[in-house]
Formats: sequence, structure tokens, C-alpha cells
Amino acid sequence: MANVLVFAEVRGGDLRKVALEAVTAGRALAELSGGGSVHALLAGDAGIGAKAASLAQYGADSVLVLEHAGFTQYNPEALAATVAQQLGGGTYGYALFSATAQGRDLSPRVAAKLGVGLAADLTGFTVEGGSVLGQHFNMNGKVVATLALAGTPALLSVRPAAFQPAEAPRALATTAITSAVDPSASRVKVVELKLGNTGKLDLNDAPVIVAGGRGLKAPENFKLCEDLADAFGNAAVGATRAVTDEGWRPHSDQIGQTGRNVSPNLYVAVGISGAIQHLAGMRTSKTIVAINKDKDAPIFKIADYGIVGDVFEVMPALIAAVKAAKAQG
Amino acid sequence: LSLFYGASAVKIAVCIKRVPVMEVKFAITADGSRVDEAGLKYDVNDFDLWAIEAALQLKEKNGNVGEVAVISLGPDAAQEQIRKALAMGADRGVLLQADRIPADGLAIARALAAEIKEGGYDLVLFGRIAIDSMNQMTGPMVAELLDLPCVTNVFKLDITGTTGRAERALEGATEVMEFPLPAVLTIDDGLNKERLPSLKGIMAAKKKPLDVKPAQLGDAKVTVHKMALPPERAAGRILGDSSAAVPELVRLLQTEAKVL
Ligand SMILES: Cc1cc2nc3c(=O)[nH]c(=O)nc-3n(C[C@H](O)[C@H](O)[C@H](O)COP(=O)(O)OP(=O)(O)OC[C@H]3O[C@@H](n4cnc5c(N)ncnc54)[C@H](O)[C@@H]3O)c2cc1C
Ligand SMILES: Nc1ncnc2c1ncn2[C@@H]1O[C@H](COP(=O)(O)O)[C@@H](O)[C@H]1O
Repeated sequence: MANVLVFAEVRGGDLRKVALEAVTAGRALAELSGGGSVHALLAGDAGIGAKAASLAQYGADSVLVLEHAGFTQYNPEALAATVAQQLGGGTYGYALFSATAQGRDLSPRVAAKLGVGLAADLTGFTVEGGSVLGQHFNMNGKVVATLALAGTPALLSVRPAAFQPAEAPRALATTAITSAVDPSASRVKVVELKLGNTGKLDLNDAPVIVAGGRGLKAPENFKLCEDLADAFGNAAVGATRAVTDEGWRPHSDQIGQTGRNVSPNLYVAVGISGAIQHLAGMRTSKTIVAINKDKDAPIFKIADYGIVGDVFEVMPALIAAVKAAKAQG
Repeated sequence: LSLFYGASAVKIAVCIKRVPVMEVKFAITADGSRVDEAGLKYDVNDFDLWAIEAALQLKEKNGNVGEVAVISLGPDAAQEQIRKALAMGADRGVLLQADRIPADGLAIARALAAEIKEGGYDLVLFGRIAIDSMNQMTGPMVAELLDLPCVTNVFKLDITGTTGRAERALEGATEVMEFPLPAVLTIDDGLNKERLPSLKGIMAAKKKPLDVKPAQLGDAKVTVHKMALPPERAAGRILGDSSAAVPELVRLLQTEAKVL
């Protein structure tokens, strides 16, 4: 039996969906190791404790709430000290983070403070003989390593969207905790958080992604991708590096080796050649559709369904057909 | 980038990893324990090239940068990647020699931290992620081991005096961070494009100092249990060559893929 401490990620005062995924993964880990408790650590400005209820709804037996103005923004130094302090008490066998920009900044700091192992960006795991065996991509996504993680506490982070949040309601139990160090004394400070695409679905949360490449020819033609995304209703728009380098779309929309890793249910690649660096970020999508006028484009090698055609001819028809399908329910 | 400090000579270290070139079909050894290295080519990890470039630009724009050192932990053959960095313009190299680069990020970080501590650097640059291990942890681990301020995923950087301002990429958002030097940064795509080594640079690199010493690798808590290739995607279908194929596509998305 091992208890699991889950770090619940917050951005701009709101819980992120990845926090619920992490609680779900934490529950699975606790069950696999013989039924321990799952505690979530929730840190933010005064009032963040109100978000504890959703963590309990998804299976947190208890929520450690840290409320302080010094945690309004991500405060890596004070958070690392606080998480390390909680883990140092001997209560936990594991700590679980989201493999997001925040979780991948925080978890290595905690691992180094405690001198314990960290297995990052896992897409799945089992527990054998008391140690975690976790699946982790290597080689740009072309190889899967199964990592064995020894020692206590052991740290792991899970890839966004690898675990779907599953409700497992618990009675809400919260414990107020304090920061291990003065949060205003941190050397590294967030002075501004710039939210992109406010109000739109984030690439990691969207079940459907419509991604555009250089084949769209000009920034204004991304309207075709926007319109298809709107027709689906639950979609976000992504791009290749060729496109973000041109400044047609923001860097944060870039999918691939040097951009975002996504695995939606449906990925529609519009005018994208399918360079290996692009595939590295989207090859784990469940269903892939490609529209490209070059029948030899590498994207067709991994696409489930392809149309060899001109995006400007195919996209309007596809937008209309998806709208019609949605209207029929 | 602007910079820096008073009169004293500023020292910058860049940690670079030798990684396989990824445009190949990988194979796994028969015992399933690792990637078959036969026929692989190697280069400097992409993100580390951008870290080298950032260091070189700082040096060029500021008279008081005394040296840019590159440090790599890896096999003897990694001298080739260190020489490339020297040819780009770095001043000296250190190889922390290890026959195999461990999978455990903390083991690597400890060995690098020991070397960096000795050097007394003002700025230590890492790549955001090594594209072979995909650990994305070494930079912040080293920072913690040396108790240095650290900003990860930096795609914009400005240093004035001893204060830095960096923008770091989140999923769909940006954090603007301030930090004091000395500091550790991990460099993301978007900060710069690396230069190619010039012929003159390649010649000069041959004469630059390259120290080789054994890596101080401790215990590993994370080990590779096995390696495998991900399941191949089933061969896809080309549905047609124009919008005439759209009805069939929509039907398959509804009935077969069940995503619509
Ligand atoms: C170190 C490094 C890191 C990189 N990281 C990334 C990354 O993270 N993400 C990424 O995406 N790339 C990355 N790249 C770049 C990558 O190698 C490719 O250059 C890039 O993905 C190409 O983008 P694209 O498919 O939009 O453009 P192109 O390769 O130019 O492809 C455009 C496609 O559109 C098709 N087309 C043109 N007109 C039409 C039309 N009218 N109708 C239909 N199809 C049409 C063409 O047939 C072609 O296949 C990286 C490269 C390097 C070296
Ligand atoms: N063996 C190594 N030698 C030198 N630097 C390394 C090594 N491994 C990792 N790094 C540095 O740490 C960064 C992140 O690597 P990783 O944490 O393995 O994804 C790399 O981009 C390098 O800057």
C-alpha cells in the first residue's frame, strides 16, 4: 500500500483539466499499489480552496490547501520547497505531477531536493514488486521505453490527455497547509501571465484538432481551419513550424518536436507535409485525416483517411458536410 | 539580448548532449533492452544548438564575457559534438566521460552539477529537452543541486546588469519571469537559429582546449526495463482526389472512427 500526493495544477486562479487527469492517474496508482490514499496539493491565492471540491469529485481523499497571495502566480521555488516538505514526512510512496510546462519545471526541482527518482511524461504505468514501470517515449516519439522507478518517494509525471478524468467522488476533506519558505523571498518571479486564445479550447484539452500547414499559403486562409473547428464545435486549431516561423500563427500553436505534444481523438492535417518533427508531436492521435495535394506526402503514411486534393477545393465541402452531420445530431 | 555585470569577466557554460539523428527507422536489440546503435548518426541535440547560439550572441554583444564553455557527458565519441560547438565559437570543452549515458536524469544532473560548480559560471544554459531521452528535467535539477535561480522553456531573453527577464512557453500561454544572475536557463525553440560552423571556425576548433575526465555517476533510481517500437499505425486509406471524397470521409468519421 502506498499513498499518493498529486500536484493539482492551477493557472490564472483556475484548476486545469490536467489536474483532474492527474487525480485520476493518482487513483490508479494508489489502487495498483494495494489501495493507498490520494491527497491533492492545491496552491493559490486566497480563495483557491473553493476548487478542492472538484478534486474530491475525481477521487482525492483529502486536499492539502495552500492559500497565500505569494502563490497567485506560479512560484517555482516556494512550491518546490513545500512539495518536498510534504513528501519528506514519510506519508507518501509516490508523488504525481502533470507533464506540462509547469509540472516539468516543478517535479525535477522536487526530485533534486529529495534526491529521488523522477520518471517523466508517462503515458501509462503498472506496479510490479512495489516499483513503478512506466511507459515513456524516447527518440522523438519513435521508441517506447518502459522505465523502472526505484526508491521512496518516487516521482512521476503523466502526459496530458493520456488519462481521461474519471469521477470517483469522495467526501470533501481539506487540510490547510502553509508554505515551507517565505513565498515572497523567491528569486525567480512571474511578473506577467499572458493568456493566449482566451475563451478557446486549449490544444491539450480539445478532442478534435484541425492543424494547418504551409499548404494554406497565407495567414488569412487559416479561416478554413477555424471554420472546420467551429463546425466540429469541440476543436482547436494548431499549426506546423513552417507556419509559426512565418508568423501566420503564434508559436504556442505549434505542434511537433519543438512545439506541443497532442493526442486528440481526431487530428485533421490540412496542407501539412508530415515532416518527422511534426509527426513527433501528433502521431499518437487516435484518428488522423490528411488533406494534401501531393500523393507522396509523408503525412499519408500515418493518416487513417486521406484525400489527395487541393485544400481550397476540399475544405469548403468538408466544413459544410461536418456542419450538416452535426445538425442531424 | 543585452547585458551584464561590471568589469569582471563573465563565464557562461552550455550543457550539450550527443543524440542520434532521428530521421531513421530505429531498431531494438534482440534482448529488448536498448536501441540498436548500428548505423546511427549523431549530432548535438537541437535545443542545445540554440543554447550555444544564445551564449555566443551574449559574448559577441558584450565585451565582458570571458568564456563560453561547453560540457557534455557521454562516450568518447561525444568529442565530435564538443568540437562542433567549438567550431561554432565556444572557447573550451569538457567531456565527462561515460560509456553509456544513463536514463536517470538526476544521475546526469549530479555529474554535470559537480563540474559546473567548479567552474563558477554566471550563466548556465541547457536545452529544454533532449530529443532522445525526452526527460526535460536536467536543467532544473542542476539548478536545484547548485541552489541557483532557474527559468525553463525560455524563448525570449533579455539580460541587463545582473537581472534577467525571460519569457517561457506554457501550453497556450506565456509566463514572463524575472530572475537574478547567476542563473540556470533552459532554452526552447524560437529564441534564435543556430549558426553553421565556418571553415575558419572548424580549423580554430582543433586547437581549442578539450578536457576529458570521468563522469561522477552515482546510483540510478530510474533504469530502462525494456525498449520497444510503438505499434505501427494500420495502413491508411486514400479516399479520393477531390471534394467528391468528402461524403465518404464523413461517413467513416461517423461509423468507423466514431469521432463525429
Ligand atoms: C530542429 C527542428 C525542429 C522542428 N520542429 C518542428 C515542430 O515542432 N513542428 C513542425 O511542424 N515542424 C518542425 N520542424 C520543421 C519541419 O521539418 C517541417 O519543415 C515543417 O513541419 C513543414 O511544415 P509544413 O508541413 O506546414 O510545410 P511543408 O513541408 O512546406 O508542406 C506543405 C504541404 O502542403 C501541401 N500543399 C501545398 N499546397 C497545397 C494545396 N493547395 N492543397 C493541398 N496541399 C497543398 C504540399 O504538398 C506540402 O506537402 C522542425 C525542424 C527542425 C530542423
Ligand atoms: N549527457 C548530457 N551531457 C550534457 N548535457 C546534457 C546531457 N543530458 C542532458 N543534458 C542537458 O540537459 C538538457 C535536457 O535534457 P533532458 O533532461 O535529458 O531532456 C539537454 O538539452 C542538455 O542541455
